[in-house]
Amino acid sequence: MTAQDFAVRPSAVQEAVRRQISGRKLDIGALWFQALLLGSLVVALGILVSLLADVVNRGGAVIVERGPGFITANVSSNPALAGVGQGIFGSLMIIVFVVLLAFPVGIGAAIYLEEYAHDNTRTRLLNATVRNLAGVPAIVYGLLGLAVFVVALEGLTGGRSVIAGGVTIAVLVMPIVVITAAEALRAVPASIREAGFGVGATKWQVIRHHVLPYAAPGILTGSILTLSRAFGETAPLIMVGAVVGGFVNRPGQNLVDTLQGPYTALPTIIFNWARQPQEEFRHLTAAAIIILLAIILVLNALAIILRNRFERRW
Amino acid sequence: MTIELQPEERTIDIRPTTVIESHPEGAAAAVPAEAVFELRKFSAWYGTFRAVRDMDLDIREKRITSIIGPSGTGKSTLLRAFNRMNDLIEGARVTGTVTYHGVDLYAPEVDPVEVRRRIGMVFQKPNPFPKSIYDNVAFGPRVAGLKGKSRLDDLVEESLRRAALWDEVKDKLGSLGTSLSGGQQQRLCIARAIAVSPDVILMDEPCSALDPVATLRIEELMWELKQNYTIVIVTHNMQQAARASDETVFLTMGEDRAGYLVEQGPTAQLFTNPQNRLTEDYVSGRFG
Repeated sequence: MTAQDFAVRPSAVQEAVRRQISGRKLDIGALWFQALLLGSLVVALGILVSLLADVVNRGGAVIVERGPGFITANVSSNPALAGVGQGIFGSLMIIVFVVLLAFPVGIGAAIYLEEYAHDNTRTRLLNATVRNLAGVPAIVYGLLGLAVFVVALEGLTGGRSVIAGGVTIAVLVMPIVVITAAEALRAVPASIREAGFGVGATKWQVIRHHVLPYAAPGILTGSILTLSRAFGETAPLIMVGAVVGGFVNRPGQNLVDTLQGPYTALPTIIFNWARQPQEEFRHLTAAAIIILLAIILVLNALAIILRNRFERRW
Repeated sequence: MTIELQPEERTIDIRPTTVIESHPEGAAAAVPAEAVFELRKFSAWYGTFRAVRDMDLDIREKRITSIIGPSGTGKSTLLRAFNRMNDLIEGARVTGTVTYHGVDLYAPEVDPVEVRRRIGMVFQKPNPFPKSIYDNVAFGPRVAGLKGKSRLDDLVEESLRRAALWDEVKDKLGSLGTSLSGGQQQRLCIARAIAVSPDVILMDEPCSALDPVATLRIEELMWELKQNYTIVIVTHNMQQAARASDETVFLTMGEDRAGYLVEQGPTAQLFTNPQNRLTEDYVSGRFG
């Protein structure tokens, strides 16, 4: 027998291995499960897509017809003239409060909790409280805003004003800012902190020069997502008195009057228009929803772009 | 400054005779070098768990001392006690005394930040800052208050030269420290440590993430650095301890899971003529 003969004839071991590893069968159970999971995805997306399609179907025409005029026009009882200009302005004012109040306080609280607080019962309780606060229904914050910022602090806020609304929304999203910022800080590895301490940096120097810069993209992304949440929040604004129609942003009006005066916000306009009896307002409602969704989409896209751009591998 | 070494001095040989020959001060052992660290009845705790128990240990100046022993015997804990790095871990504390040039390191008036500036550290996994090579080295001097671009430039160059990295990075000081290879990153971390002119360099398994060639470069570098610095290195690699250190400390774990010191002595002696049976078993590979 030559070596060649020997090579082509499978040995007993080769035969046995072939038998053992060639028993590939169709796994029906796994396929079923896969189909079930795909089905869940289709249902979840299907509902969303049909809602979106309905909104675009109703409101698309208004946007096309009116164009930028719909975005700049003021609230009006005449459907042909009504627009969301004041709503966008009011929502932007609220956003300013979120940026000025919720971001610094929330990020500061996160730095304290992550970097300074000792890991003890008190800190764990604080962390749990922040998480629970993030889960409190928005309407509860509305009640709080009504009691504190509208009634108790009327002298400062001017009652049902954009100040009261802005501060209420800022308080509402603050726990989310704390949580996202804390997560970004936690993602900075301990080895980087040790490296900083190892060359004789103080705690503040390590935080200022290393931890914060490396966590900044994550904090920024979380903050932008918080903004889009703040932009769409409706229930508390209804509680603290965003109105439709009374909002005046006359030329020459000073800032304090604007801040303490009546105001409206984009989601509040949507809420009010949806309750109007005329058919035209249904189309306006859908058009305003499209504007709101577009703004939120832009904010979220920005967050995703920033996250991908600055994503860091350690 | 540059250190000129004769080629035969650079040769690292694990034969104990060579190790002794390459240490002229070994002949003058009658005049021992000054102890930089003195530990007496030293124990380290994490909460109620004692990681290191009742150690008496001297670390001598301008020598390389290696700490060897099986996993979980408190080698890193011991190393991190020398620059109070364990302070950063919640619940960590020490009992007994650790003196540094005769000063109690854990006295209430001692500033741990200043301690860490004088006692630098190189970590197990290379951990350059995700900043430029230049900024990695310049960070320590900057927070220590050094100003002026030309002075910083000089210091960065000198530190990178001493860490044997200058020639490889001099044309790309602006690139990210994290873009270097593992071995280069670890030398960058050494440059970062020596940029603040420390007195001692602690190394916690500095070569465990590196290939043999990069490991040899770090070991050669340690031999050059010990002219100016006291080096304490934790290593899992017994060959590394044997070929690259002057003194060796062997730890093992007791019944109570606390690490304790079994034996310390000149490396050649500890490896060829260990006094304790546990040491002998470990260095001969029968255990661990």
